Amino acid sequence: MCLAVPGRVLGVEERNGTRMATVDFGGVVKEVCLEYLPDLQVGEYAIVHVGFALQRLDEESARRTLELFENLGMLQEEFGDPWEQAAQAGGEELSGEVRR
Amino acid sequence: MSDTTAAPDMLSWSCPAPLRDRPRVVMGHGGGGALSAELIEQVVLPGLGAAAPAALTDSAVVELDGARLAFSTDSFVVRPLFFPGGSIGDLAVNGTVNDLAMSGARAAFLSCGLILEEGVEIETVGRVAEALGAAARTAGVRVVTGDTKVVEAGHGDGVYISTSGIGLVPAGVDLRPERVVPGDVVLVSGAVGVHGVAILSKRENLAFEAEVESDCAPLGGLVEAMLAVTPDLHVLRDPTRGGLAASLNEIAVASGCGVVVRERAVPVPPAVAGACAMLGLDPMYVANEGKLVAFVPREHADAVLAAMRAHPLGAGAAVIGEAVAEHPGMVVARTGLGGTRVVDLPMGEQLPRIC
Amino acid sequence: MKYVEEFQDPELAARLLDDIRATVTRPWALMEVCGGQTHSIIRHGIDQLLPDEVELIHGPGCPVCVTPLEVIDKALAIASRPDVVFCSFGDMLRVPGTGRDLFQVRGEGGDVRVVYSPLDALRIAEENPDREVVFFGIGFETTAPPNAMTVHQARARGIRNFSLLVSHVRVPPAIEAIMQSPDCRVQAFLAAGHVCSVMGTEEYPALAERFRVPIVVTGFEPLDILEGVRRTVRQLERGEHTVDNAYPRAVRAGGNPAARAMLDDVFEVTDRAWRGIGVIPDSGWRLSARYRDYDAEHRFQVGDIATLEPAECRSGEVLQGLLKPHECEAFGTACTPRTPLGATMVSSEGACAAYYLYRRLELDVTGPRRQESSVV
Repeated sequence: MCLAVPGRVLGVEERNGTRMATVDFGGVVKEVCLEYLPDLQVGEYAIVHVGFALQRLDEESARRTLELFENLGMLQEEFGDPWEQAAQAGGEELSGEVRR
Repeated sequence: MSDTTAAPDMLSWSCPAPLRDRPRVVMGHGGGGALSAELIEQVVLPGLGAAAPAALTDSAVVELDGARLAFSTDSFVVRPLFFPGGSIGDLAVNGTVNDLAMSGARAAFLSCGLILEEGVEIETVGRVAEALGAAARTAGVRVVTGDTKVVEAGHGDGVYISTSGIGLVPAGVDLRPERVVPGDVVLVSGAVGVHGVAILSKRENLAFEAEVESDCAPLGGLVEAMLAVTPDLHVLRDPTRGGLAASLNEIAVASGCGVVVRERAVPVPPAVAGACAMLGLDPMYVANEGKLVAFVPREHADAVLAAMRAHPLGAGAAVIGEAVAEHPGMVVARTGLGGTRVVDLPMGEQLPRIC
Repeated sequence: MKYVEEFQDPELAARLLDDIRATVTRPWALMEVCGGQTHSIIRHGIDQLLPDEVELIHGPGCPVCVTPLEVIDKALAIASRPDVVFCSFGDMLRVPGTGRDLFQVRGEGGDVRVVYSPLDALRIAEENPDREVVFFGIGFETTAPPNAMTVHQARARGIRNFSLLVSHVRVPPAIEAIMQSPDCRVQAFLAAGHVCSVMGTEEYPALAERFRVPIVVTGFEPLDILEGVRRTVRQLERGEHTVDNAYPRAVRAGGNPAARAMLDDVFEVTDRAWRGIGVIPDSGWRLSARYRDYDAEHRFQVGDIATLEPAECRSGEVLQGLLKPHECEAFGTACTPRTPLGATMVSSEGACAAYYLYRRLELDVTGPRRQESSVV
């Protein structure tokens, strides 16, 4: 239900009283409605669904996620599961949200 | 249609929603996929009866007084008439030239039928004719005969073109899917999905700017370069409607072999990948007009690949898979992650999706 | 950072899979309620790569599949009118209504057009003032804001020859209905990432608590899906049941406030029938009273439609995860993507189509395909 693709904003303009952006999807450029992300800036990325930008993509967050994947297995080999250790140190089980 | 022997038998269907439940042609029947195949097999061929061809190929190899000729026909229906990288004129020439090339023949002569819609601008017809001429000269082929008709306004997309062509098949060349055997290497001459995306980028409801120009080009020279390495290639196919997936499936079914494709090995230009991602399309199903796929005996694969890469139209050639004995008739892809999925014959038109 | 290839890296995928394998100790059944995720899972072969203990049940996350038959038939009736230009996303064109689909309506002379965005339909309305343009507004919470904005703009710009045929559905009530089903086997949910991009995650903690199921907000690229599964399995193994956001680059707890505000204005919650499942209370959206004059159902008075669902179609059970597609008697024989009995076989995210198209090899279902074409 959610074919939404990351795209980079190339330019922003008003058309018919509507905030629109030209967005680059890796070499393909399309007009996208920016009314739901009016403060999206040129150079930023957003996910776009049926011609509408619905949410900005947070680069810092993306990098952290990839780092998490890269550290999987590695840390565990050397040090064991960091979450286990923290839990043991804290004397209790961690809940899901904290682990984010 | 012939009214002698077998009229289309509407009751002999194996599938429970037979043709009679779908009484009209739908766009999918022109998609080059399963619906097209049905229409041909269940309606057209029975109508032809005894005059029907022995096998269905893009071009037929026939013998006339000892000469082996490849003979092909194709019709061109495209909107818009002029698109990035080409026009209906280029398609009309290269489409038939390439069908002949897939039989190993260098196209010699073409016929050209024009069906013009009443009201289309004369200037447009002129531009189409110029494009046709330029493409013919590039391909080294002559248009020796033709015909022109006009249909009433509202009955055409401006211009429809039908071309037929003939060329000589060199001795020792026998290109048919039945020649494919397990172990054959599958080569593609370059990046796929280009033409389809170029066209989509100009379709009114899906317009986007893409740095993608149609790859429409005549492949006769590339094929000659490949045959110069060995005449013993097994089969060539130009993946037009239905894309790479359609061609591979047709070859798999006709040869009785399975085909394995490595997804990551299939070259796709970034802009094509981006457009397909945006619209939810799979590049393996998107049309090409200047590419070929080849099944080559394993022992010749390296040399043929090198010859392709040395040719301007084969610079991006790559090995994408192989024919196997397993899962006969089925095309299976190894995904980037190491999983597998069946690559089925496309249904009809590829439609952009939201899911 | 391009946000796509990075999240398809095979090496990182292998690490995620290793972690899942190292964590899992017994069988678990997870459900994703998002057609896009189903598509990604099958297409990349993720379900094959996961350890056998982890079962992915494909839930009713494909809006194409769950659009009720009556709505399809209404669409067909409206699209058949000579004064109407009927615009739709491509997904809907081959969905069978009673006896035919939108493709066939086009074949019979109906003006049916595929559009990429609802704004394209509005533009068609502007360019064709003498025609009535109707847009088929299906989809989950991801698609509802674009549709809402479009009808809002139609009103703001005084475009009267435009209307919306609405059939929106919401995920949280579907989760509720699935968990209340007596045969329910689902132990955890992967929440639809882009739905949450719009709506945020606030609707889910109550469900996680009430039904004691982990709910992990998950993205769409292979690494995102594997991470969603990884975090879910971790919770299950630890006996936890909380809401976790495994797609933080695109999902914030509050979602998109501007989109939610527009939804509140343009739509109101209503009961909605889900094809193959039945009516789920409060599971849909319809146009609010303020926008009722843009509602195609009212404008075209498509009243009593007699629907006829093929008896053999068991897509409802498939949608709830009670039946695997290949366990249905009609799978691969009477029902194939070319001759679909129900929507789960038509849509490329429908579980039945996904199994048929991508998994035939393992399932050894040769069915009519062998007989189909000898085309060369």
